Amino acid sequence: MAFAGRVALVLALSVALYGIVAALYGARRGRRDWVDSGRRSVYCLAAILTVAMVILEVAFIRNDFAYNTVANTSSTTTPLLYRAAAMWSSQEGSLLLWVWLLSIWASVATFITRNRLRDIVPYATSVLLGFGAFFAMLLVFFDSPFAQTHPAPTEGAGLDPLLRNPSMLIHPPMLYSGYTFFAIPFAFAVGALVVRRVDADWIRLTRRFALASWLFLGIGIVLGARWSYYELGWGGYWGWDPVENAALMPWLLSTAFLHSVMIQEKRGMLKIWNASLVLAASTLAIVGTFLVRSGVLNSIHAFGASTLGIPFVTLIAAMTAGSVYLVVSRRGVLRSEHSLDSMFSREAAFLLNNVVLVGLCFVIFWGTFFPLISEAVTGTSAAVGPPWFNRYTVPLALILVLLSGVGPVIAWRRATLANARRNFLAPIGAAAAMAIACYTVLPAHSSIGAVLLFCAAAFVVASVTQEFWRGWRARRATAGESAPVALLSMVRRNRRRYGGYIVHVGIAVLFIGVAASSTFQHEQTVSLQVGQSTHVGAYTMKYVKATGSVVTDPNHTGATMTLGALLRVTRGGHYVGTLRPSAGYYPASPIVPGQVVASLISGDAVDQIGLQSSWRRDLWAAIKPLGTTLPANGTQLPEESLVNRADASISPTWSATTQLYSAYWELRAIAAHYVASPPPASFTLIASPLVMWIWIGALIVLIGGLTAIWPAPSALRDRVRARYLARVAQELGRA
Amino acid sequence: MTALIAALLIAALLLFVLWALSAPFRRDAVVGAPGDTDARRALESAKEAKYAEIRDNETDYRTGKLSDEDFRALDRQLRAEAVVILRAIDELAARTSASSV
Repeated sequence: MAFAGRVALVLALSVALYGIVAALYGARRGRRDWVDSGRRSVYCLAAILTVAMVILEVAFIRNDFAYNTVANTSSTTTPLLYRAAAMWSSQEGSLLLWVWLLSIWASVATFITRNRLRDIVPYATSVLLGFGAFFAMLLVFFDSPFAQTHPAPTEGAGLDPLLRNPSMLIHPPMLYSGYTFFAIPFAFAVGALVVRRVDADWIRLTRRFALASWLFLGIGIVLGARWSYYELGWGGYWGWDPVENAALMPWLLSTAFLHSVMIQEKRGMLKIWNASLVLAASTLAIVGTFLVRSGVLNSIHAFGASTLGIPFVTLIAAMTAGSVYLVVSRRGVLRSEHSLDSMFSREAAFLLNNVVLVGLCFVIFWGTFFPLISEAVTGTSAAVGPPWFNRYTVPLALILVLLSGVGPVIAWRRATLANARRNFLAPIGAAAAMAIACYTVLPAHSSIGAVLLFCAAAFVVASVTQEFWRGWRARRATAGESAPVALLSMVRRNRRRYGGYIVHVGIAVLFIGVAASSTFQHEQTVSLQVGQSTHVGAYTMKYVKATGSVVTDPNHTGATMTLGALLRVTRGGHYVGTLRPSAGYYPASPIVPGQVVASLISGDAVDQIGLQSSWRRDLWAAIKPLGTTLPANGTQLPEESLVNRADASISPTWSATTQLYSAYWELRAIAAHYVASPPPASFTLIASPLVMWIWIGALIVLIGGLTAIWPAPSALRDRVRARYLARVAQELGRA
Repeated sequence: MTALIAALLIAALLLFVLWALSAPFRRDAVVGAPGDTDARRALESAKEAKYAEIRDNETDYRTGKLSDEDFRALDRQLRAEAVVILRAIDELAARTSASSV
């Protein structure tokens, strides 16, 4: 079947190239049949890549180690769920996922617009197929997921234990969906600029794709943060890693775009700005994809050095040069139809929000690429760390949160001071009340930055609540509906506005969590023996007993052996909870005869954190069971002498199956020995307030985003009616 | 057996691609872009956007963000802009029906 996969990829590349030529030829000659054939290439690309995906996925599920990708990233001991997701842990598998998602979303976009924007669509189709051809070319010529080795190895290396986390099952598809969704507004922007039709029509048609991109990218970023918090054993959720930043930058630009695009739709303004934002965000999405694969910057999330750097740099250069050329050469038609009526209007607030978002993006870009910039200028690579990022991003984030409270309470076009006084009274009151609470009731006055952020968040929540309240009251007065019906119909009639407001509340809540957890966190790294305890902030954590299990990994990640601890947490003498941190030991590949026991546990060792989470605070613990370190891979084994002794007890003349069977029994003995007489263990213990609010805030953002993206019922009805009308016209034409 | 399935899969894919890509050419060729349909859709879209703007303005007024005077002035202006779009739609419809007679 690998051959069928390889043929499918070649066919995908051919179809994409044909589609580009057909769509462009059709556009130049005014031939609808060629344009249609080009559009159908997008559907064919999706169908072919779906077949390729299925072939590879089946290989993973069937443990077909003849495929190099499967052998390198999966194993028989990897649980089924993680085997199914192992495809995107490899470079080639993730590239296939990228282009497959692109083809699906591009098919949706070209299908929706099949009878719209007929001058723009052929060029947009070409651009989308251009991306498809680029990635198919990488898969055919550089990094094939269908490369094989014969004879096939009997066992694979297994999925990197760090990736055996539920967040990682859906994090890459979400992130890639975000990246690929944004290719659609990019493609239509290019098409609109090529044909010089820069009204808001293409924006209205692709706005939902931009919103979907923003939403999926946001989900991907949050899932990545959760993975970092749960899996990486350092207790943080954001480390300003280049790959994290690479996802955040296009998200910031798409946030800016989603705001400024409203000004173009309503006023015909900011056309150059919007075109530039779309083109820049999409280019940054490709930069993000490149960063993960090029090895140019060090990141825990990257695939390491590869040969894909040059093709990606070429694509990025082409996108940048093409974008600049299109915007500059079309500057005449991109002139604004109106000018700003007042600096005290929603447009002005959006403009300021755009400046801050782009500023934030620039700071992150500069910090991320500083090692490359410094190397180019001084010859020495120097990186900037989290303190540098925090110094510049925190003030900008503060302004941003504040603006998300200002926007909802001022009107489009112009606002008067009298109305503003009335509308800002409650939000300012809420911010003042929060400031007083921070200095009196809450123990939060030690950090001025955190206090300001709490006040800004209170301002946002109050301004949005006021908007909901007034809108709901007006709806009840005009429609005479009951309270819940009025609220629902108010949101339903204006999903974009109220969905956006919900997102603002989510962002404010998320920032409360970020500010509190990063400012008021207590952390302790300590070595403890059973019976000893330590203080973490107001909490006392006592190492009660050691735990151990073999094969039956309590975290369901397929660890061969799990060693951990049970920690009892009290506060002021009162029981608070129990934490169960552990370390999972995974097999190395290949299993070395004569060292079977050592091989079964000398792969990567991964922290499985112990966590007690509540709305007030998180208690977080990670353990490193102390022992000798294997020089080969730095893995810590609990008792090397025990392991060696166990290996010596297994006869090398036995069959592989008998050796493995005996090795598991020996491992059970080692785990039992560890539990009975545990050595001191190294713990990282954290008490961090309001972390849960980060995830709650993200969930609120998701709800708001879905509210805004959902099509209005009338639009659905119109679409059905339009389909029937088109059918009538077609049938009349045939008669 | 696997080789046979692979061969059938490749053949099916090739046939599907050929069928899908050639379908537009099996119909009568259409030359020239149907500009009127596109223009009508663009105007309809602009009309919907203008209506949304009028509704937004009303919401701003009802939620206390606009004074009576500002609301009335803006509402008048937006409705005048909507009328221009409606006129353009009617003119286009008249032109289309005249050319089809």
